[in-house]
Amino acid sequence: MNAKKTAGWLVPSLYILFLMLPIYWLINMSFKTTNEILGSFTLYPQEFTLDNYITIFTDPTWYMGYVNSIAYVTLNTAISVAVALPAAYAFSRYRFIGDKHLFFWLLTNRMAPPAVFALPFFQLYSAVGLFDTHIAVALAHTLFNIPLAVWILEGFMSGVPRELDETAYVDGHSFWSFFGKIFIPTIAAGIGVACFFCFMFSWVELLLAKTLTAVEAKPIAATMTKTASSSGYELGLLAAAGTLTIIPGAFVIYFVRNYIAKGFALGRV
Amino acid sequence: MTLTLKGVTKRVGNVVHIHPTDLTFEPGSFNILLGSTLAGKTTLMQLMAGLERPLEGEIWFDGRDVTGMPVQQRNVSMVYQQFINYPNYTVYENIASPLRVARAPEDLIRQRVGDMAELLRLTPMLDRLPGALSGGQQQRTAIARALVKDADLVLLDEPLANLDFKLREELRDELPRLFADRNCIVVYATTEPTEALLFGGNTATLFEGAVTQFGPTREIYRKPNSLLSAQVFSDPPINVLACEKQGAHFVDAEGARWAANGPASSLLDGPYTLGIRPHFVTTAATGADPVPVSGRVMVTELSGSESIIHFAKGGKTWVSQSHGIHAFEVGAEARLHADFAQAMYFAPDGALAAAASARA
Repeated sequence: MNAKKTAGWLVPSLYILFLMLPIYWLINMSFKTTNEILGSFTLYPQEFTLDNYITIFTDPTWYMGYVNSIAYVTLNTAISVAVALPAAYAFSRYRFIGDKHLFFWLLTNRMAPPAVFALPFFQLYSAVGLFDTHIAVALAHTLFNIPLAVWILEGFMSGVPRELDETAYVDGHSFWSFFGKIFIPTIAAGIGVACFFCFMFSWVELLLAKTLTAVEAKPIAATMTKTASSSGYELGLLAAAGTLTIIPGAFVIYFVRNYIAKGFALGRV
Repeated sequence: MTLTLKGVTKRVGNVVHIHPTDLTFEPGSFNILLGSTLAGKTTLMQLMAGLERPLEGEIWFDGRDVTGMPVQQRNVSMVYQQFINYPNYTVYENIASPLRVARAPEDLIRQRVGDMAELLRLTPMLDRLPGALSGGQQQRTAIARALVKDADLVLLDEPLANLDFKLREELRDELPRLFADRNCIVVYATTEPTEALLFGGNTATLFEGAVTQFGPTREIYRKPNSLLSAQVFSDPPINVLACEKQGAHFVDAEGARWAANGPASSLLDGPYTLGIRPHFVTTAATGADPVPVSGRVMVTELSGSESIIHFAKGGKTWVSQSHGIHAFEVGAEARLHADFAQAMYFAPDGALAAAASARA
């Protein structure tokens, strides 16, 4: 009985320890100078410094990376969810020829590696003058975010009984009145989860974002991965940038923390 | 304000949901759709409401053809088996919803919602969200919303089925009272024959998407027009026995003989199917001419005051319903008495040939 109790807290504690270790190391590094990182192995900063963060917040090549990333991620989330809402409603409420195949086909869009699309997208966007714009990255990311959002929203919508729709019509609501005033609020949690997943995948995606931008819309992930600059390796700076990159995700997850498991199961719990 | 269905059908793909159906409901009437699950009760209601379009046939209301008219333009309301309320609206707003859509003035809304809440004992819950209510209160909210707008047609699709027994009895008593001073057509779907008998009114018996009979509830119970109607309108299931009329007597395959009396005495000689309700098959002999029946006991259900015995007889399952507790061992031989004077006789095609007119 005692051993069982010990395992009860030991296992999660170890799990959290291993999980947090790399994150701790990242934060640890961000407060060190590059010399200390390269010179010695220290568990905490010997020469505590905020210079790395000051550089990021004052140098436009750094902070514009965040601005660009947030811009296209927000744009992408808005487009994905706006397009997925009607699609998911159709899949959840109507039967039509090939609906199941179409629904599965949506998910297969996530199966191809983004690298496959990098070259055609680059060529295409350059040709129509969208290269190096926020909308270019946002549109490219809808390739895998719309299917995901449709799957998540369909799950949440199918959890709402069809009789709710009918009751609203019987009460006299038009379709749009029902959809806007009753249905959307009813599946608000699902929309939140879908937004979170769109946000997350767009935020961490590097390849397409890097390929489709040069200067004007360059994302933070691209800035962060140029490890060497004219002044050599700036590991402290990169660690600080990495730390700041985690924050938006942690911030967003807070709002959907109660529904996130349902989201991972594509709304089918 | 009469609702008439003329040859209405519904098919989804190749599956027939509703066979050609003709029904007429008078204003102020209480009508029951009785049938098992998947008999087509809900589909029929959706057709009446205008939520579904019939494949063929017409639906007339108040002298007008309303077949293609969308549900929003008809004055109907509906309550479902599941407790359906708008989860993001308070109880007050839920009840007020039909009036708001109709752009009723604010003080009228306040008054009517107040009246409805009073009638259905929801006044203390008006500011809560439906999710915070008990099942019975949720369903009462749904009923209040259905009643608030003075609909011409109120459709109740097994509204009590998901409630626990006490609440069900309570609401069952309240329902007729709610409609007493209204001139609307009420259609109530249920799977339970007992419920139909308690409500009275008219009943339509449904079997596999076809209305087998429509008329006053008690009349259908006493004189079902066919074996099918009798089977739909019987719980526990009605017992059937193949028999043959020979002169003044009936005989069955096992050699039992009983006198043909009452309306059955004037039947022509020939094969018939006898149908007898379980409460006429009892442990104690009753009636003028009890016939012994026996069979191997399969299940015995004992409630507080009566025993329901399922037994095998001539390859069929028979059910006996007697007062008092009679514990039979499974597999034992049950010797019971059937009051065949109360039986109904059906012709080989299933149509009613003769039914006892005495007690039900």
